[in-house]
Amino acid sequence: MADIQKNEQQQNTAFESNYIDENIKADQSSKAKAFVKKFLKRKTAVLGLIIIVLLIIIAIIGPYIAPYQYDAYDYANALQGPSAEHLFGTDHYGRDIFSRMLVGARLTLGVSLSAVIVGAALGTVLGLLAGYYGGIIETLVMRGSDVLFSFPDILLAIAIVAILGPGIINVLIAVMVFTIPSFARIMRSATLAVKGSLYVEVAQSLGCKDSRLLFVHIFPGTIQSLIVNFTMRIGSAIMAAASLSFLGFGANVTEPEWGAMLSQGRNYIGIASHMVYFPGLVIFLTVLAFNLFGDGLRDTLDPKIK
Amino acid sequence: MSRYFVRRILATIPLMFIISIFVFMFIHLIPGDPARTIAGLDAEEWQVEAIREEYGLNKPIVTQYVDYMVKLFHGDMGESMKSFTPVSELIAERMPQTLKLVFAGVLWAPILGIFIGVMSAIKQGKIFDHVCMLIAITGLSAPGFWLGLMGIQIFSVQLGWLPSGGLDSWKGFILPSFTMGCGIMAVLARYSRSSMLETLREDYVRTARAKGQKESLVMFSHAFRNSLIQVVTILGLQIGGLLSGSVLTETVFSIPGMGRLLTDSIQFRDYAAVQGLLMLFALQYVLINLVVDLLYGVINPKIRLD
Repeated sequence: MADIQKNEQQQNTAFESNYIDENIKADQSSKAKAFVKKFLKRKTAVLGLIIIVLLIIIAIIGPYIAPYQYDAYDYANALQGPSAEHLFGTDHYGRDIFSRMLVGARLTLGVSLSAVIVGAALGTVLGLLAGYYGGIIETLVMRGSDVLFSFPDILLAIAIVAILGPGIINVLIAVMVFTIPSFARIMRSATLAVKGSLYVEVAQSLGCKDSRLLFVHIFPGTIQSLIVNFTMRIGSAIMAAASLSFLGFGANVTEPEWGAMLSQGRNYIGIASHMVYFPGLVIFLTVLAFNLFGDGLRDTLDPKIK
Repeated sequence: MSRYFVRRILATIPLMFIISIFVFMFIHLIPGDPARTIAGLDAEEWQVEAIREEYGLNKPIVTQYVDYMVKLFHGDMGESMKSFTPVSELIAERMPQTLKLVFAGVLWAPILGIFIGVMSAIKQGKIFDHVCMLIAITGLSAPGFWLGLMGIQIFSVQLGWLPSGGLDSWKGFILPSFTMGCGIMAVLARYSRSSMLETLREDYVRTARAKGQKESLVMFSHAFRNSLIQVVTILGLQIGGLLSGSVLTETVFSIPGMGRLLTDSIQFRDYAAVQGLLMLFALQYVLINLVVDLLYGVINPKIRLD
């Protein structure tokens, strides 16, 4: 008798979960469609996305399509303005700026992207833990973020590079640390909001483990805030990395990092302004693309804010 | 009211305490032996020992911290490791330049930013709105140092209208002020627009309109004043960030201010000066935010109640 009952129960739950799964799937795919449709209406956001995709392609194939060797010296053609041969002109060593920018895309985007990815992961975990457990963990994480936030703008990144010394890896670490507090804060408040919802309470009362509750139930509820902040932070990470390189704390002068190229160009602003113009313009367009894309995502995901 | 003020003021004390530990630890976070780093890699062992003695690096860390704080409260930030003058003197010498620069940025950018934001919200969806938001996101995405350099190229090198560096005449202020203020203007335009849009949806605005009040009165006396409440917080953060933003502007325009002192000190490994400057930058940021929060309590009575 007990067996039959158990069997029946199992069948019931199996049926229910199948039913619910299908429903959720249908719901999710229509949600995704609605999202794409809404997103595509935002032309500036789509433009941002197109530029981002182009940049990523350039970062991948850059070295193979560069017309010149990025580090080939050609003193006879130093400081030449833009021409058919040298699209963006040449620098003080006669190196082709267009080729350097193509090759440098990897470096500039790679540093910023990896810094934001690691920083976001750390900040997210800290924020989740702080929001979920509260108490001493929350105090530590939030006060820690307060301290990091007390060094506004790129000052924190400058301080970190001051400790670690200049170099591209240290810029990466600096930008990463600079990224952590914003994620910790945003994820904490997102976690707090989700934590109070009914489904989390149900999971909790069913005896769900903390780790499962955090990553399976709470984390997906916070993903919107995460994605929007992530896109926005890439823009500021690129800006921060470029600023550090501009101040002379970043990439080595031989490396084709965009910020470092701009920094070198500064010395020749009077005679070869293209050395400043092109790297800056590309940094600007890159940051703009991520900001436009992030704005679009935010507006699509969160219709409350317009 | 006074309880809110007292509580808010008291809350900054632990924050300042943690910041002071962070800044103090700065010298100890340098990888390897800080005394060896300060003395230089080719220094003799006795020289390293002398440095250790001079900076008290051989004492227990708690004693070092207490010594550091006692000195700090007496206005003693230690001696520059490069010029052997007191750090406080070095900073005092550079401060006027930076303050002038910050003032030049604060003078126009927030007002213009808020104006643009509010007007865009009122004309939401119209051409004016689109153009303004395009300007705002451009200002947000363009690296300030690049805009500054392009400004130099056009107005100093090509046209010869403005000096390319220094703050000696009023003309010298124009380009640095533009470089400093651009980002703030953009951020404030975006925030005040969304804040104004949010307020325009409030019931009291609808009520005011339903009463048949003049549209201009509804906009400015009901919506605008209330939307300012949110904007004040952002304004504080932005003004606080200006001082560190001066690092880049001072580099672009060769202005001998505190930002320039910071980058120079990092390059010369003058850790005492770096420590002093970081402490000061963080202190001003915390204080400005305190003032903003107190101001916030004055304009928004709701916040005082909880």
